[in-house]
Amino acid sequence: MRIQCPFCGERDVGEFAYLGDAGAHRPDPGLPDADERFHEAVYLRDNPAGPHAELWYHAFGCRSWLRVTRNTLTHEFLAVAFADPVKAKA
Amino acid sequence: MNDGSRVAGGLVDRTRPIAFSFDGKAFSGFGGDTLASALLASGVRLFGRSFKYHRPRGLLTAGSEEPNALVELRTGARREANTRATTIELFEGLEATSQNRWPTLAFDLMAVNSLLSPFFVAGFYYKTFMWPPAWWERVYEPAIRRAAGLGRASLEEDPDTYEVAHAFCDVLVIGAGPAGLAAALAAARSRARVILCDEDFVLGGRLNAELHEIDGSPGGAWAAKLAAELRSFPDVRIMRRTTVFGVYDAGMSGARTFGALERVSDHLPVPPPHQPRQRMWKIVARRAVLAAGAIERPIVFGGNDRPGVMMASAVRTYVNRFAVTPGRRVALFTTCDDGWRTSLDLARAGVPVEAIIDARVTVDPAILEAAKRQGTRTFLGSQVIDAHGSPVERITVRDRDGQVTRVSIDTLAVSGGWNPTVALSTHLGGRPKWSEALAAFVPGDLPDGMTVAGAARGAFGLAEALRDGLAAGQEAAQATGHANSANPTWRADDEARGVTAFWHVAGSRGKAFVDFQHDVTDTDVALAAREGYRSAEHLKRYTTLGMATDQGKTSSVTGHAIMAAITGRSIPEVGTTAFRPPYSPVAVGAVAGIHRGRHFRPTRLTASHAWAREQGAVFVEAAQWLRAQWYPRPGEKDWLESAVREVKTVRSAVGVCDVSTLGKIDIQGADAATFLDRVYTNMFSTLPAGRVRYGLMLREDGFVMDDGTTARLGDDHYVMSTTTTGAGKVMQHLEHARQVLWPELDVQLVSVTEQWSQYSIAGPRSRELLQRLIGDAIDVGNAAFPYLACVEFAWLGLTCRLFRISFSGELAYELAVPARYGDAAIRAIVAAGEEFGITPYGTEALGIMRVEKGHVAGNELNGTTTADDLGLGKMMSQRKDFIGRVLARRPGLADPGRAVLVGITPVDRSVRLNAGAHFLAMGAESLLENDQGYVTSVAFSPMLGHWIGLGLLSRGRERIGERIRAHDPLRGKDTAVEVVSPYFFDPEGVRLKG
Repeated sequence: MRIQCPFCGERDVGEFAYLGDAGAHRPDPGLPDADERFHEAVYLRDNPAGPHAELWYHAFGCRSWLRVTRNTLTHEFLAVAFADPVKAKA
Repeated sequence: MNDGSRVAGGLVDRTRPIAFSFDGKAFSGFGGDTLASALLASGVRLFGRSFKYHRPRGLLTAGSEEPNALVELRTGARREANTRATTIELFEGLEATSQNRWPTLAFDLMAVNSLLSPFFVAGFYYKTFMWPPAWWERVYEPAIRRAAGLGRASLEEDPDTYEVAHAFCDVLVIGAGPAGLAAALAAARSRARVILCDEDFVLGGRLNAELHEIDGSPGGAWAAKLAAELRSFPDVRIMRRTTVFGVYDAGMSGARTFGALERVSDHLPVPPPHQPRQRMWKIVARRAVLAAGAIERPIVFGGNDRPGVMMASAVRTYVNRFAVTPGRRVALFTTCDDGWRTSLDLARAGVPVEAIIDARVTVDPAILEAAKRQGTRTFLGSQVIDAHGSPVERITVRDRDGQVTRVSIDTLAVSGGWNPTVALSTHLGGRPKWSEALAAFVPGDLPDGMTVAGAARGAFGLAEALRDGLAAGQEAAQATGHANSANPTWRADDEARGVTAFWHVAGSRGKAFVDFQHDVTDTDVALAAREGYRSAEHLKRYTTLGMATDQGKTSSVTGHAIMAAITGRSIPEVGTTAFRPPYSPVAVGAVAGIHRGRHFRPTRLTASHAWAREQGAVFVEAAQWLRAQWYPRPGEKDWLESAVREVKTVRSAVGVCDVSTLGKIDIQGADAATFLDRVYTNMFSTLPAGRVRYGLMLREDGFVMDDGTTARLGDDHYVMSTTTTGAGKVMQHLEHARQVLWPELDVQLVSVTEQWSQYSIAGPRSRELLQRLIGDAIDVGNAAFPYLACVEFAWLGLTCRLFRISFSGELAYELAVPARYGDAAIRAIVAAGEEFGITPYGTEALGIMRVEKGHVAGNELNGTTTADDLGLGKMMSQRKDFIGRVLARRPGLADPGRAVLVGITPVDRSVRLNAGAHFLAMGAESLLENDQGYVTSVAFSPMLGHWIGLGLLSRGRERIGERIRAHDPLRGKDTAVEVVSPYFFDPEGVRLKG
C-alpha cells in the first residue's frame, strides 16, 4: 500500500501510522449531553465496506496528519489531503 | 555419467565439472546443471519419499513447481529443508540429503504407511483421531508428526545474512521467457525504466528447453542476444534468480508494490564477503507485464507418481537444456499436440520412443506421420491405466477398443496440456476464468496496471507469445509516458497447439495421485464429493489438495476437474481457489532482513554512552535506547549491592544520571500556553516564565497517557519532557491535537530529544558541585534558583539549560547541554564532583528512589489507570477543558471501588516482595473474584532497610494500616503485607526544597 503524502509524495505505508475514522470530531465539551457525545466520538465507529475517510499520520516523514479516503474493500486510495485546514489551503 | 545418460548439446559447460554429494555418496555434474539434472545424469531416479505414504518419488518436473524432489540442502547450521532439487544450481561441494525416510531412502520402514492407507484418506484427522479428546495432543499428533512430514530444520542459528531492498521502475516484467524478453525490449527501446525478473539463472524460459528457432537461431541463443541488448540500456535492470512472489496494493499514482526474492548466494557454497544469502525486494512499479509462462499438468492414473513418470516438458528440458536423457526406453502419454514434440526431441538425441499414447482419437496427421516415421508405436484414443515398478518398468495401455497392451519402458513422459501461471494475477482477489478453447484457466480481472502476455494468458505459440510480449511492453511504456520506438519483427513458428481436456483415467488399479506433495489421490477427491465437500474451497480443506509448499501448482486444477466430472458440473462451476503470496516459499529470514538479534530494532545511544562503558556500566534497553542500569564497583557481588551503594551516595552526597532519553518536545507560538492547557489536565498558562511544572496527560477516553515536567522558557516558549518510552506516541498525540483538533491555534512542535544531553545531578551536595562546575555563570542558590526554577544560560560559549527538578526526592538539578557536548559534560560533572564523593547512578538506583518517593512510572502508567487511581486526582483542573476530562468522569472511572495507588511493606521485614503478585484479603481463597488488585513496582529500600512496594488496591486509600496478602501463584509465594502510604521517604519533600 502506498500513500500520496501531499508534502512528501507517494510513500510506503510503513512510514505512516493509522488512527481511524476521520469523521469522528471532538464534541463541544460544554454541551449538556457532552458525556454521551464524547462516548460516541471515542467508541462508536462505522465500519463501512467501501469508501472510508480516515486519519493517517506520516510518522516517518513530515509528521503531517492526513485525511485519507480509502476503499476498505479494495485498498484503493481515492483522496488524500492535509487534515489541517490551514495547511490544506496553503 | 555412469550409465551414459548424457546426450549431445545442451547448455551445460562440460569443461567445468562440479563434485557434489547426495545422501553421502559422491557425484559429479557440470556447470549449468541443477541438482536434479546432475543426479539424473548419474542415473539417480529416486529423490525422496512422499509426505503421507512414504512412496518412493522421483523428478516430476524441471522447475519451481516440483512437488516431489524436495531435499535437505547443505549441512550444519546452513541446512535448509524442502528445497527443490530442480531449482538448486549445482556448486562445488554441494551436499544434499533425501528427507522423510527412515532409515534410508531406498529402504524406508515408514512405507508401511502405504498399507495403512485406508486410515489416511481425506479428512482422516477429523474422523479417526477424535476420541478420546485428551489423546490428540499426547498420542495422535506426535505420532502423525513423526510419520508424516517433510525435512528437518537445522535448529541452529543461521550464519548468513539477509537484506530487504527497494527498487522503482516504470515497467516491471515478470518472467524472461519469449514474451517477457519481448516486453522488456519494447519497453526498454521506448526508454522506460525497466526491471526484468526471472526465477531461473539463465534467461529465456522455455526457449532453453525447446528446439524452437527464432530468426533462424536457436531459441536460447536468441534469448542471450536479446538480453545483451537489454543490458545496453542504462535504465534496465535484469534480475536473474529472482522470483516475484507477491502483488500488493497500489497508491493513487497507480504505482504498485511487488515482492521479489533474489537468491543472491544460493548457487554458491557460502555467500561472498559482505553479501547476503538472499535479498527481498520491494519493487514499486507503475506498470507490470506478467509473463510467467505456463505449467504443464499431469494426468491422473494408477502409479502416476512412480519414479520415472515425468512431465513431457520436463523430459524436453532435461534432454535439450541439460543434455540428460531421463531414460533409454521412453513412452509418451499425452492429450495435446505439444506433447508429441517430446518424441521428436528424444529422437534427435538418439533416444527411441517406444510408444505414444494419446487420449484423443484424432490428432494432426503431420505429427502422427512424423512419429510413425521414427517407428514409434502410436495408440490413439487410448490411455495408460497403470504404471508398474519402482522406478517404472512397464505400463498398461488400454486402447479405444478396450484392448490391454503392456509396454516395457524405463520412462513415461506425460502431458495433460498446460495451465497458464495465473497466480500473480489473483493475489489481490481476481479470480481466473475458464477458457473452453484452451481447456485451462486464464487470468480474469487483473489488478490495475497489470497486463498478461504470452503463455501466462494462454498465448501458447511462440510467434504469438513474441507478438504478445512486444505489444504488452509497448503499451506499458506508453502508459508511463514513453513514446514508442520501432519494434523488431521476429520469424518464429506458430506450432500446432491442439489440446483436448483429459484429466483422469478411470479404472486404474494402483493409487492415482492428484496432489503429489500432499499424497491426495483420485479416491480422496471422490470421498470428498460423497461427503459433501464439493466446492473448490471445501475440497481443498478436506483433502489438503493444493495446500502443500507447492501451493498445488501441478495439482489444483486437475483436482477441481475431477470433482467437476464426479459431480456432473462444469469446471467453472466447481470454481478454483485463490493463490496467495508467496508464489514459491520465502524464508522468514529474508522478510526479516537485517532486523534480527540486536538489530531487531535500531539501538539509540546517548552522548554519555562511551563514558559509561568506560565506567563498566551494565546497560538496559529502554524503548530503543541503551541506558546505564548500574555501575558495578570492584567487590560488589550483584546489581542490588551496586544500586544500594548508588542510592546511599545520592541520598548522602551527590550522584549523576543521564536522563537524555526522556522525550523532549519544544513548543512555541502565541497559543502555546492555551495548547498546553488543553493537552494537560493541569494549568500551564498560569506557569510563569522561568518555572517548571509537573504535568499529567490523559487520552480522550479518560485514562492516563503520559507524564513529565514542562518548563516555560518564555511567554511563547515551553519545553516538555515525556517518558522515555512514551516520547513517540506523545509527539503523535500532540501533532493530532495541533493539526486535527485545534488547527486554529498558533503553535509549533518539534522533537528535540536528540539535540540535548541532559544530566540529573542529585543529592545534598549537588548545589556545591554545580557551583564548582559552572562557577558564576548563574546563581544556583535557593533564593535565586528555587525548587522548580528553570533558566537558559550561556556557559563556555554554549547555550545550556538548567532545571531544578527532582525524581529522586533529593535536592537536584537537570543540566542540559547541546548533545555534541554531552560526552564532555558528563566528564566535567564527574570531575567537578570528585571532591564531593560523586557516583554515577543507573536506572536501578533511579527506580529504587522513585519507589521510595511514591512517584509513578511505566508500571503504574499502564494504560488502565486514571489520574485519581494514581493519587493525582487533584491535578484535574476544574477551570478548563482538556483532553480526557469528559470521559474521565464516567461512572466506571469515577467508581470509588477502583484500585488505587498504595504503598506496601512486608509484615516480616526480611521477606522480598515481587511485582505482579495479586492482593487478597487474609484467609481469602486464591480465586479471581477475590482479587483486590496487584503489586506494580517493588524495590529494596536502602533507607528503610527492607523491601517496599507500590500497588493498585481496591479502595486502597481507606485501608492504610490493614494487613493483606500479596499472592504470587507464579512464584509459589504468598506474603503478608501492610498497606501504607506510597510516600515512604521524606513524605514532606523537605530534602528536595533544601
